[in-house]
Amino acid sequence: MTARTALFITIIVFTSQGGDLALSYAMKKMGEVRSFGPRHLLKTLGRAFQIGWMWVGIGLMAVAFFSLLALLSWANVSLVVPATASSYIVGTLGAQFLLGERVDKVRWIGVLIVCLGVAFVCAG
Amino acid sequence: MTERKTLRGKTYVLLALMVVFGSAGDVMLSHGMKKLGGLDGWSFEEVLLFFSRTLTSGTVWLGIAMLLLFFISYLLVLSWADFSYVSPASAVGYALVAVMGYIFLGEHVPPIRWLGIGLICAGVALVGGTHPNTRQNG
Repeated sequence: MTARTALFITIIVFTSQGGDLALSYAMKKMGEVRSFGPRHLLKTLGRAFQIGWMWVGIGLMAVAFFSLLALLSWANVSLVVPATASSYIVGTLGAQFLLGERVDKVRWIGVLIVCLGVAFVCAG
Repeated sequence: MTERKTLRGKTYVLLALMVVFGSAGDVMLSHGMKKLGGLDGWSFEEVLLFFSRTLTSGTVWLGIAMLLLFFISYLLVLSWADFSYVSPASAVGYALVAVMGYIFLGEHVPPIRWLGIGLICAGVALVGGTHPNTRQNG
């Protein structure tokens, strides 16, 4: 793996997870959705897109998407996708330390097993 | 107790919707793009022509609609469930797509991929057993 490939994989993992964490933070700020009627859902989504963190999340996800496209122009998909499976670990660390979620041992073991499984499925 | 059950129930429903819409959207988008064929060149006109051809494909539009529904389900479930719960639990989609490919399309699934499918299911079962919202209910 070249230094450029490693750098792009790092950028993709951190921006995609940063984006997801920002979306999660924005939705938590909005509060639990309890009604699922079409009108209520439209109103809820309208409110969600007025939260700044939502746009930070979408921006970071766009950076991750275009970095992935750039990376795929020279690196093999069989290397890139399994490597990005490590994003589950980065995302869980972010959820624990930035969002204050209480990630117990059982959930951590589950996350690590999923991470390994995704890498195997994508590499297979 | 009932509230805990309701929370878990609606989390499972939205996770299932995420997996179904996400997988269907990816498959339709991929199918639609393959039917359109590759990009002929990288000049401005050629890219514009390819983009406009993309927008005439019903399959691509259906794929985009599915991915939009996936995104809405994702946002809704994140309004109450932990990100550290939703993210690994939704990985079951990888296993589902591989199993569907094997059953319906007769695709060959190598042993390493079966091992990965087994690991994903075990990991998701472990994560699924924890409480979806640790910020409120510990």
